[in-house]
Amino acid sequence: MAQSAVNKGNHGAGHDHGHHDPNELKVLGFWFFLISDVILFSVLFATFIVLRNSTAGGPTGEELFNMPGVIAETFILLTSSFTSGLAVLAMNRNQKKQLIGWLIVTAILGAAFIGLEISEFVEMVHEGAAYTTSAFTSAFFTLVGTHGLHVSLGLLWMIGLMIQIGRRGITDTTRGKITVISLYWHFLDVIWIFLLTVVYLMGVM
Amino acid sequence: MLDTIKDFASWFFVTGDPLIYGADVAITLSVIAIVGVLTYFKKWGWLWKNWLTTVDHKKIGIMYILASLLMLFRGGVDAIMMRTQIALPDIKFLEPEHYNQVFTTHGTIMILFMAMPLMFGLFNIIVPLQIGARDVAFPFLNALSFWLFFAGAMLFNMSFVIGGSPDAGWTSYPPLSGLMHNPGVGQNFYIWGIQISGIGSLATGINFMVTLIKMRAPGMTLMKMPMFSWSVFATCIIIILAFPILTMTLALLFLDRFGGAHFFTLDLGGNPMMYINLFWMWGHPEVYIVVLPAFGIFSEVVATFSRKRIFGYKSMVFAMLVISVLSFFTWLHHFFTMGSGADINVFFAITTMLIAIPTGVKIFNWLFTMYRGRIKFELPMMWTIAFIPCFVVGGMTGVLLAVAPADFQFHNSYFLIAHFHQVLIGGVVFGYFAGMYYWWPKMFGFKLNDYWGKWAFWFWNIGFYVCFMPQYALGLAGMTRRISEYSWDTGWGPLNLISTIGAFLMGLGFIFQVVQIATSIFKHQKDVTGDIWDARTLEWSTPSPAPEYNFAVIPHVHDVDDWWETKQRRAKGIPEAPQPQLEPIHMPKNSAIPIIMSLFWFVAGFGFVFGWWWFYVPGMIGVLLCMLARSFSYNTDYYIPVDEIKRTEAAIRGSV
Repeated sequence: MAQSAVNKGNHGAGHDHGHHDPNELKVLGFWFFLISDVILFSVLFATFIVLRNSTAGGPTGEELFNMPGVIAETFILLTSSFTSGLAVLAMNRNQKKQLIGWLIVTAILGAAFIGLEISEFVEMVHEGAAYTTSAFTSAFFTLVGTHGLHVSLGLLWMIGLMIQIGRRGITDTTRGKITVISLYWHFLDVIWIFLLTVVYLMGVM
Repeated sequence: MLDTIKDFASWFFVTGDPLIYGADVAITLSVIAIVGVLTYFKKWGWLWKNWLTTVDHKKIGIMYILASLLMLFRGGVDAIMMRTQIALPDIKFLEPEHYNQVFTTHGTIMILFMAMPLMFGLFNIIVPLQIGARDVAFPFLNALSFWLFFAGAMLFNMSFVIGGSPDAGWTSYPPLSGLMHNPGVGQNFYIWGIQISGIGSLATGINFMVTLIKMRAPGMTLMKMPMFSWSVFATCIIIILAFPILTMTLALLFLDRFGGAHFFTLDLGGNPMMYINLFWMWGHPEVYIVVLPAFGIFSEVVATFSRKRIFGYKSMVFAMLVISVLSFFTWLHHFFTMGSGADINVFFAITTMLIAIPTGVKIFNWLFTMYRGRIKFELPMMWTIAFIPCFVVGGMTGVLLAVAPADFQFHNSYFLIAHFHQVLIGGVVFGYFAGMYYWWPKMFGFKLNDYWGKWAFWFWNIGFYVCFMPQYALGLAGMTRRISEYSWDTGWGPLNLISTIGAFLMGLGFIFQVVQIATSIFKHQKDVTGDIWDARTLEWSTPSPAPEYNFAVIPHVHDVDDWWETKQRRAKGIPEAPQPQLEPIHMPKNSAIPIIMSLFWFVAGFGFVFGWWWFYVPGMIGVLLCMLARSFSYNTDYYIPVDEIKRTEAAIRGSV
């Protein structure tokens, strides 16, 4: 079979009927994925809300939560969402170096967030609130941990994309990929706001 | 040393039951036969290139259907074994533990590894053709979805001979499915088999949602979309909203078992009722996930074989969307008896009954489509007509169950078993059979033999009523589900015997279908026109089977049944718009990543089942590496040049 490999980024618009802009499809598909992720987190939130007082005599959230640390995490994550926005702006201006620069800043902030979260977890375990202590701690670590896992996977993904941008520059394909990860990153921010409210603020109130 | 190996083997492999040894032998022989045939005919390369790495939605659909028919066989054997055990009192055919495993796997396989893939198979083959698209929105993801389903199904089925099957029912309620009461690996097989294939299901839902929104042929507004595509649309809404609930629920159950968490345990604050709520928040919508596409199929079949436009197109669409919303507000009717309180029971009783309204609208629309139509009794139409009374009775008994006070009598009795088998076999199985017969010529280019098809039809139908009608009576007489033995003084013997005879009749129906497919492969009526039923929608405007690019020129759509209208215009001699020039067609390249990634998922799942980190760590790393490999691959598509399209078109249309 005669095949001619063509770079997705290079073929002209209107070239073939019924063929669709791949980025447009990807972004819409990603929105549906995010909806399903919202449902996934909703299950965890619902479980946490049901179980948050089921401490079985173990420590409660009020005794455990270290609010200054949580506030710091919040500011770091919100800032990273802002810098990921700056990365997209740089991409729209076709500035490859700025794009990679802002992605690096975003990734460093993300890593700092994860680091703080882990140290918070370690501290809680030292205070006698391990994963298996009670239904409350199981629900807490699973809900917050799932968000942390999402952030960590996002970091890996972002590093992969930085390498691709470095190699290939800003093309239609890489543009689509950056759009998608910035959606993802903002989404994680929104989830965190709910976490902050439902888990921490309502926990210490 | 030798003793250690022996001990391990007797724990690792399921032993002690002649049935299982028989299965071991059968599995080994079939694997040897398959490998032998492939090697003898030198077909490995062909298999790899044309099937295992394909991203063509039509081939993926065929693989889904083959796999699901295999699972129908497995689930059917489970059913026959159960019915044999309870045909008469005091039969010693299956041990109680084995019986528990059989009803658990029967339910899980039939819903998740038979109905779901059969549905996805039909989605895959038909939706792009029906909306005038060249492929689905994400062909790579589509292949991945299939292989994830396959890996999950194989993992689940393996539990039969390795490690031991799950035995806590297909719903797997904790604490029965928790570590305290269920310490073996069976429950882990359940969790990971469903989990891995569930990721694929969610991806398919997203994929088809985007396909339907973005890839319709020019001119096909949403209100000109064929009914089957509409049913897929409604189904995808439910999949996207419901499947993550299942994923998370099973993940939490696994964390309980594997990580010592206390979500659903009896101690340290766990709440088993939380699981039951979450499970049915997915589980009830799941019923509509599998039945809505069947409704779509009936709509296509009824219109085609009555030779009339579907009656009440808009109300059909509206009814489906209403069902997809209401399906999320009924879950609690699965546990009316578990002390939710009268107010909550009433709310869910009413929402459950409400679903009967849009469903009734659809039934009447099908009847009105048939009214004064010139009905042709081909196999798809026969299954559709058989569906209507069956589903109506099943729906009515469902309304009886929805009456909360009455449910206290019916709950978990054979009345319930009869009800849901009546809607699931009468609705889903009959529907998918209708769809399979209807679209078989489109998939393979030939029609299935009518003679054996009619034998199968009558055995399935008569067998169905013989099997399930007695179960309503048994339920009212107090026989509860999941019991493996009863005594003569219960008086349940005669009706159970009749029911078992019915199950065997349905089994014969299945065998006739196998014979039907086998004989049709060798002797069949070829579909030379691509439109063997003189049908109405776009998939019949392509040759059978359709070329890999589906449409050489993307059609422009003007009407609801556009292909029918085109044929009418042609018959009247109205000149058509000139065909635009052929242009190179953009196609996705085959990829080995989906099958390899699913293999890593399988390895990881196997490791999680047994708690072996040297399996699940490499497995998960492999999965991540496959994702990276995909992200870094840019050479994923190609163009089919114009002369090649011309050659293909001449070859397939030459015989017209």
